[in-house]
Amino acid sequence: MRDINISELERKFQEKIDNDVKIEPNDWMPEEYRQTLIRQISQHAHSEIVGMLPEGNWITRAPNLRRKAVLLAKVQDEAGHGLYLYSATETLGADREETIDDLHSGKAKYSSIFNYPTLTWADMGAIGWLVDGAAIMNQVPLCRCSYGPYARAMVRVCKEESFHQRQGFEIMTQLAQGTPEQKAMAQDALNRFWWPALMMFGPSDADSKHTAQSVQWKIKRHTNDELRQQFVEVTVPQAELIGLTVPDKDLKFNEANGHYEFGEIDWTEFWEVVKGNGPCNKDRLDARRKAKENGMWVREAANAFAAKRAARKSA
Amino acid sequence: MNSLFEYVLRLGDDSLILGHRLSEWCGHGPILEEDIAMTNISLDLVGQATSLLGYAGELEGKGRDADALAFLRFDREYKNLLLVEQPNGDFGMTMMRQFFFDAYRKPLFEKLQHSSDKHLAAIAEKSLKETKYHLKHSSEWVIRLGDGTEESNARVQESLNTLWRYTNELFFTNEVDAELVEKGIVPTMQEIQNEWNATVTAVLNEATLTIPTNNWKQEGGRKGLHSEHLGYILAELQYMQRAYPNMQW
Amino acid sequence: MTKKEWPLWEVFIRSKAGLNHKHVGSLRAADAHMAIENARDVYTRRSEGISIWVVESNNLVASDPSDADSLFEPADSKVYRHPTFYDVPDGISHM
Repeated sequence: MRDINISELERKFQEKIDNDVKIEPNDWMPEEYRQTLIRQISQHAHSEIVGMLPEGNWITRAPNLRRKAVLLAKVQDEAGHGLYLYSATETLGADREETIDDLHSGKAKYSSIFNYPTLTWADMGAIGWLVDGAAIMNQVPLCRCSYGPYARAMVRVCKEESFHQRQGFEIMTQLAQGTPEQKAMAQDALNRFWWPALMMFGPSDADSKHTAQSVQWKIKRHTNDELRQQFVEVTVPQAELIGLTVPDKDLKFNEANGHYEFGEIDWTEFWEVVKGNGPCNKDRLDARRKAKENGMWVREAANAFAAKRAARKSA
Repeated sequence: MNSLFEYVLRLGDDSLILGHRLSEWCGHGPILEEDIAMTNISLDLVGQATSLLGYAGELEGKGRDADALAFLRFDREYKNLLLVEQPNGDFGMTMMRQFFFDAYRKPLFEKLQHSSDKHLAAIAEKSLKETKYHLKHSSEWVIRLGDGTEESNARVQESLNTLWRYTNELFFTNEVDAELVEKGIVPTMQEIQNEWNATVTAVLNEATLTIPTNNWKQEGGRKGLHSEHLGYILAELQYMQRAYPNMQW
Repeated sequence: MTKKEWPLWEVFIRSKAGLNHKHVGSLRAADAHMAIENARDVYTRRSEGISIWVVESNNLVASDPSDADSLFEPADSKVYRHPTFYDVPDGISHM
C-alpha cells in the first residue's frame, strides 16, 4: 500500500464530501467521522425501537379493525426502520448486539419524546402527526447524508414513513370533528405532545456541541433551530385547520417577516428527560431489556440448531 | 339457525383473537427480525378477521358490520377456539400455539377455496397463501426450539404438554357443520383432522418432541364457553367502543 | 460473555421479473432458511420483491477501495469501446 500521510487522506476525504461523493464502508474515513456516525445512527435506531413501545401500548385497544391494522403496520415499520439503521451501523464495524447493549446500559441515548406516556387513543394521532412529522423533517435531509449506507437507509425510511404522519393526522382530524369528548381528547393530546415534539429537534444551536463538525461532514444539513422553526411553520396552520389550539401563549405570526414566533422551550425538562428522569424512561428501558433477556434462550436454540443442521449436511 | 353465519363467525373469531394475542408481542419479540415476522402474521390475521366478520355480518343480515361483530358482542357470543385465546407465554408457547392452529387452518382453507359458496371460497383462497407461510414459519420454529438446546427442548415440550389439551377442539363439529357438509359448502372435519395429524406428527418428530399420552381434552369455545382469558382480551379489545359508544374513529 | 449473536446476512431483492437482484441491506439470522424468511418479512413488506438472495456477509468479497485507481481508471481511457467514439456519415441509419 502506498504511503500516504493522514492529512493527505483527510484532505481527499473532505474533497469527496465537498463534491457530494458518498463515503462507502471500506473507504478511508477519519475515526471521528466514524464515531459520530455510529453515535448518530445507533441513536436513531434506538429511537425507532424504543418508539415502538408507546404506540404498541394501544394496539390491543385500537377502536376498530382498520385502525388496529394501520397501527400494527406502523409500529412494525418502526421495527423495520430500526433494523435498516442497525444494518447501517454494522457497516461501520459496530456490532448490533453491542450497540443494543449500550442502549440497555443507558450509555446510548434515544429520542426523549418516547419517554412520555400514551394515555389516550388521541395520543396515537398526536404521535403520528407531530412526532412523525418532526421526525420526517429531521430525516428528509439525511437522505443526502455523506455516508452512503445511512443515506440509502434513510431513503427507504422516508418513503415508508410518508403514511405514518398522514394516518396520525387522519386520527386527529376525525377526533377534532367528532363529539365533544373526542375533541377534548384530541386537544389534550396536542397539549401534552406539542412541547416534547419541539424538543425532538435537540438543544438550541447555541448549546449543540456536535452541529458544526457534522454540517461540515454533511452528516447534518440543517441546524436544530432551523428544523424546529420549519416544523412550527408547517404544523401550526394544520392545527388551526382542524380547529385545535397550539398550547403556546407566545405563539404569533409575524406579519413583517412572514414567520411564526414561539415561546421558550422548557430546557430544564428537556435535560431531565435526556438524563433519564422522564415519566417513562425506566419503563421503556426495562421493556427492552426484558425482551432481550426473554429472547436469549430462543436465540441460543436457533444457533444450536443451525450448527446441528450444518453438521448433518456435511456428514 | 343461520349455519353459514355461525361457521364464518367461528373462522372470523379465530383470526381475530389469535391476531390480538400475536399483536401483544409487537415491540417485545426475542429479536427484531422475529418481532417483524410475528407482526406480519398478526396483520394477516386481522385482515382475515375483517373479511370473515364482514361476510358474517352480511350473512346475518341484521346490519352488523365487521367492527360491530368484533367489538360489540358479549363474551358468550364469541365462537373462537380455546386454543387461540391462551396466553402468549414464552416465545416457544406462542410458536407451538401458532403451529397447532396453522396445521389446522391450512388444510381447512385448501378445501374451503373450492367451496360452493363463492364469497367464502374467495376469502379462503387469499387466506391460504398467508396461512401456508405461517405454517412454514411456525413449524420451522417448533423444530428449531425442539431440536435446539436442552433448555429450549424442555421449554417447548412443556408448552406442547400445556396446549395439547386444546387441540381436539380444532375438529369440533355440531349440526352447523353437518348441514354445511351436506350442502357441499364446507369439508368434513375428518379430512382436516387426518392432515393435521400427519403434519403434527412429522414436525414434532423432527423436533424430537414427545406427543403427550394424556388425552384430557378441553372444549367449549365453539359453543361460547370460554376460558377466563377471553374476558380480559375483550376488556382491552372493546375498551374504546364500550367507553365511548356510538362514535366514529 | 460468549458471543450469541446470529450471523449477519446481506440481502438482494429482484423487484420484478427481468431485473437484476439488487442489494437492499442486511439482517441477522441463525441459518439460511431463517435468513430468507426474515428478508421477506423485513424487506418486502410493501411488495418490493419477487425473488430473494441472501449470502452470509462473511462470504462476501469486496474490492479494496485503495485499489480503485488501478482497477477502474484504466477503463476510462478506452473511449473506443463506446459507440459515440465513431463518426457515422449523415444519412446512415440502423447503426
